[in-house]
Amino acid sequence: MNSTIRRLFGGDWLAALVPLVAITVAFVLALIVGAFVLAALGADPAQAYGAMLDGAFGTSTNFLRVLTRGTPLLLVAIGVCIAFRGGVVNIGVEGQLFVGAVSATAFALAFGASLPAWLAPLATLAAGALAGAAWGFVPGILKARFDVNEILSTVMMNEIAVQLLIFLLSGPMIDPEQVAQGTRVPQSARLPQVTWLAELDARSQLHVGVIVAVFMAVVVWVLLWRTTIGYRIRAVGLNKDAARYAGIGVQRYLALALTLSGALAGLAGAVHVTGAEHRMVEGFAVGYGFSGIVVALFGRLHPLGAVPAAFLFGVLLVGADKMQRTVQVPTATVIVLQGLVVIFVVSSDIFVRRWLSRRQARLAQPSVSAVVTPEVQA
Amino acid sequence: MNFGEILVEALTLTLLYATPYLYSALGELFVQRSGVLNLGVEGMMLMGAFTAIFAIAPAGLGAAPLMGVLLAAAVGALMGLAAAVVNVTLQAEQGISGIGFSLFGLGLSSLLFKVLAGGVIVASGFEPIHIPLLSDMPIIGRIFFQQNLMVYAAFALVPISAWVINRTKWGLQIRAVGQNPAAADTMGVNVVRVRYTTLLLGGALAGIAGASLSIALTGIFQENMTEGRGFIAVALVYFGGWSPWRVMLGALLFSIANNLQIWVQILEVQIGGQPIPPNLLIMVPYILTIAVLIFARQRKRLEPAALTKPFQRGEN
Repeated sequence: MNSTIRRLFGGDWLAALVPLVAITVAFVLALIVGAFVLAALGADPAQAYGAMLDGAFGTSTNFLRVLTRGTPLLLVAIGVCIAFRGGVVNIGVEGQLFVGAVSATAFALAFGASLPAWLAPLATLAAGALAGAAWGFVPGILKARFDVNEILSTVMMNEIAVQLLIFLLSGPMIDPEQVAQGTRVPQSARLPQVTWLAELDARSQLHVGVIVAVFMAVVVWVLLWRTTIGYRIRAVGLNKDAARYAGIGVQRYLALALTLSGALAGLAGAVHVTGAEHRMVEGFAVGYGFSGIVVALFGRLHPLGAVPAAFLFGVLLVGADKMQRTVQVPTATVIVLQGLVVIFVVSSDIFVRRWLSRRQARLAQPSVSAVVTPEVQA
Repeated sequence: MNFGEILVEALTLTLLYATPYLYSALGELFVQRSGVLNLGVEGMMLMGAFTAIFAIAPAGLGAAPLMGVLLAAAVGALMGLAAAVVNVTLQAEQGISGIGFSLFGLGLSSLLFKVLAGGVIVASGFEPIHIPLLSDMPIIGRIFFQQNLMVYAAFALVPISAWVINRTKWGLQIRAVGQNPAAADTMGVNVVRVRYTTLLLGGALAGIAGASLSIALTGIFQENMTEGRGFIAVALVYFGGWSPWRVMLGALLFSIANNLQIWVQILEVQIGGQPIPPNLLIMVPYILTIAVLIFARQRKRLEPAALTKPFQRGEN
């Protein structure tokens, strides 16, 4: 056991523990500030948080629902890990998720029924991942070729994706039944059953996507820490100039990181539509992308750290529905909490950095005293 | 309406809809000139928008419109102060902390909207002010001199900002801190204080921008009613090459893009004999932003050298 820990953390368990403590403190602070906000609005914070916990853990179905909800969050978050580790701040996961889901839907409706049963879900997921990759490639290539600030371009790509989604669902992709009945609710037809992901539990809509997501987290961990491509992506993220000096094509890896990140967000959308929803509706998975970013930050941008983080935020999201129903505190509370988590987590970083550099000074080994700090960038 | 009347109406709306961009982008300009990137503008605008309409609505506090704007500015400044603590004192990564503030503002404004206003709020704020003599001029009078107070103030802010940045001691300090904080520090300029003040100002102006959207333009509040305008404002500062006058041009350009439906009507644009779907028109400002950012690359040399770099005395 001890040797496993040492292998995982390079024998430096304290250096792994301190960030964990910082992040826990950040989360608790966010909950405390959130409690003050709720109290100021006349709601009882204890009651609200209690309803949240009850909503997530009250019954076994609720608990499985947490896993269903956490699945797309995890896929988005591991994509965000790739981008942030590669030095690109991909805020566009929300749009990449929508585009992935809508493309998977279009593919499933067009070709799903004519494919063999083993291939249909796989091909549908691939279509979603490809579309998400394309949606990530655009800001990626713009950053690489024209030095366009990716935060702003990905935010804009989100807004474009939202409009594209409404346009498609109320026009070219609208459910023929909605047209026939004259109701014209903007939603797609139901996906052919052959493209659905296998169900694990009917009431909570839990599907095999949860296994796919955890598997992908491991794949991304291997990619980032055990392959040359991953090494180069991280090198570019740590220090662009040093990476360039080492002969790495920095531009190419910036674009690659955003594209891979988009692929995973697209996969998240495809998994959610083929696993849980089985059709695209207006308002599909709204906020899942942003939640995924929060999950990634909370998991300290580590794909395996994202697994428990996705679970925790699944608890918040499922719990919030219950909270709204039973104590009439709107689900928007979760967005407030997520914003606070982001703010506190990035603010806590300075304490971790200071602790690490003080410790480094104490251990004083001249040859390794050059601490590489992540390049701060816009 | 005939062609001429619609054109006049469209130009009038262009000035009106440029207003939120002007307040938020000019505020962001001060912040960026001091070397800080505030990406929380969106959240600050949303909080300002709700605060203002809740302050003046009969169902809310029933205050005077100007009081609504002041309260929105105060709420924005408070968020700016929080952003200063996080970005300046705690040296957090500015791109990510800003997303946190935007999420926080989105969530809290939606929460307040539901809890305090029950999900519906309407209020008419500023009436158009007819400027004597000038407003009687044909066409020009209608477009330029029958706007409301918030519009006049927004455009007045352009030369004022240019003057403050380029001609005052404080403006010089802001520029020095944004270009070379270490040098400014050795000259006795308090880098931290300058950045705190620009973030307070930027927050207040973002709050006012939100107020102009809710009580001077639309008269309502809706969840996420800014629809990315706060982020567009940040892009406008890049596009404007950190100059207030060029930021104003950008604001007018985006205002036209926002009201594209009217322009399409005037110019009778059609695709294959069909009207263009509205969602495709709504996309245009966002596509335009990306195009503008590609174009703004040539302005990179104007970028404050210390932008997004936290200042730590003795490290540089």
